[in-house]
Amino acid sequence: MEIKTKSRLEKVLKNGHMAVSSECGPPRSSDPAHIIEKGHLIKNHVDCINITDNQTSVTRLCSLAACIHLKQEGLEPVLQMVVRDRNRIALQSDILGAASHGIHSMLCLSGDHQRFGDSPEGQNVFDIDSMQLLQTVRYMRDEGKFLGGDAIKVPPNMFVGAAANPFADPFEIRVPRLAKKIAAGAEFIQTQCVYNLDKFELWMKGVVERGLHEKVFIMPGITPMRSVGMAKYMARAVPGMDVPKELIDRLSGVPKDKQSEEGITIAVEAMERLKECTGVAGFHIMAIEWEEKVPEMVERAGFYPRPEFD
Amino acid sequence: MIVGEQKPFDEVWEMVKSHKQLTVFGCNTCVAVCHQGGNKEAEILASLLKMRATKEGVDIEIVDGGIERQCEHPFFESAKELLEDTEAVLSLACGIGVQFMAQKYKKTPIYPALNTTFLGDVQEDGYFTEKCQACGDCVLGVTGGVCPVTRCCKRLFNGPCGGSSDGKCEISKDIDCAWQLVIDRLKAMGKLDDYEKLTPIKDWSKDRAGGPRSFKLEGF
Ligand code: SF4
Ligand code: SF4
Repeated sequence: MEIKTKSRLEKVLKNGHMAVSSECGPPRSSDPAHIIEKGHLIKNHVDCINITDNQTSVTRLCSLAACIHLKQEGLEPVLQMVVRDRNRIALQSDILGAASHGIHSMLCLSGDHQRFGDSPEGQNVFDIDSMQLLQTVRYMRDEGKFLGGDAIKVPPNMFVGAAANPFADPFEIRVPRLAKKIAAGAEFIQTQCVYNLDKFELWMKGVVERGLHEKVFIMPGITPMRSVGMAKYMARAVPGMDVPKELIDRLSGVPKDKQSEEGITIAVEAMERLKECTGVAGFHIMAIEWEEKVPEMVERAGFYPRPEFD
Repeated sequence: MIVGEQKPFDEVWEMVKSHKQLTVFGCNTCVAVCHQGGNKEAEILASLLKMRATKEGVDIEIVDGGIERQCEHPFFESAKELLEDTEAVLSLACGIGVQFMAQKYKKTPIYPALNTTFLGDVQEDGYFTEKCQACGDCVLGVTGGVCPVTRCCKRLFNGPCGGSSDGKCEISKDIDCAWQLVIDRLKAMGKLDDYEKLTPIKDWSKDRAGGPRSFKLEGF
């Protein structure tokens, strides 16, 4: 498979390895120490680290700056970019800025509505949507042009991904929606946290039937539950999240001080099962503020050591 | 139609209480349909203000009136004298009517009694919902007659987002997910395959982003 960018994630995937990515949220502070520390905790166990972009609409140190910090430490960041806060001028400008710092992977997202964050009274932008952001990056990279039509002297060298949520409604368009993201230019997909494995496999079946798994690398999202409380909260309060009752029952069945351990085991088991699923190309581990557990999960799921390239 | 809601009474009172004379002026078209700004509402608001003035011992002469539409010159004929002689106007029109009067009566303070809220319909008696944001380039033809600009909270042209759940939007269980409605409509019309067509990046220059808009008919 032709390698198009300098992205490490692309290299891992196109060389036929199961990729492992993870995710870190920047601090609500101008001090980058914490995110650098989190990056170092996991760097040997993952191929790349997504940096979230003001996730849940809470103002944080910007994704681009945090990516640059990681890059300077020799780590491999994936720039997450939401279309909520920036218009096409700012988006294209940040893409160039990222590429200028050797950031070669990005994830295009719409972003949570600001109602959930620290600025519910703020305006949102939504000049383009996440599909159109995919198109934009691909246009900039492949055609060497800005949306306005002018040439880009040195186009940004970006491996481009998108999110997918197999559990959102309506289910019947979840496969067509993936096809649409691929048509818009997505090269890899990181999904919403997968807890309902049956439903995920059903979605993958539809994906494989249409041959979409041959056009895009699909990485299911894995988030370990730290407690039964977290599982219940996610089931109740997070829109588009599917947490089966059996999982909640299983966590309730173990003593409180053993629940986080059980949560890790459930996550490892999910990876062991899904890596056998046709079309799964790797995993995206989102251990929200629990990065120290990522190495253990990667090792137990049999993904360590990570492939090396010169 | 244009939907508006009366401002909190205290806010209205604070705006007008320093005047000696005031005309409370209704607009009997859009904002009368939603029972917020018609000539009848103007009459009621005027009496409430009179009561407040009495209670606070403020000396202010309040009259009320109204016309069919505060956004077109010919309708003002019937209220010519009333408006020319008044010290200030509290208009119950939408923001368009208020501005139209401010332009017409150059020296008269015109205060808005309403918050103009949206362009919407009458779903049932007393229930109004937003339907259009006048983006200047209508896409209803490809979205099954459901406006993504107005009704999708992220105005996605290629929705739904990952937050759509049981037909409701991620921001509230009281808001229908516009993209669920688009898909339901496409399905009902036997056009679900159209869902996979990518909607291109929008030209927002025809929206407010391009500056104030106007449109002139030739030959008038
Ligand atoms: S697409 Fe534009 S013009 Fe059409 S209903 Fe929506 S906002 Fe109004
Ligand atoms: S849930 Fe539906 S209406 Fe709400 S932002 Fe997402 S696509 Fe738009």
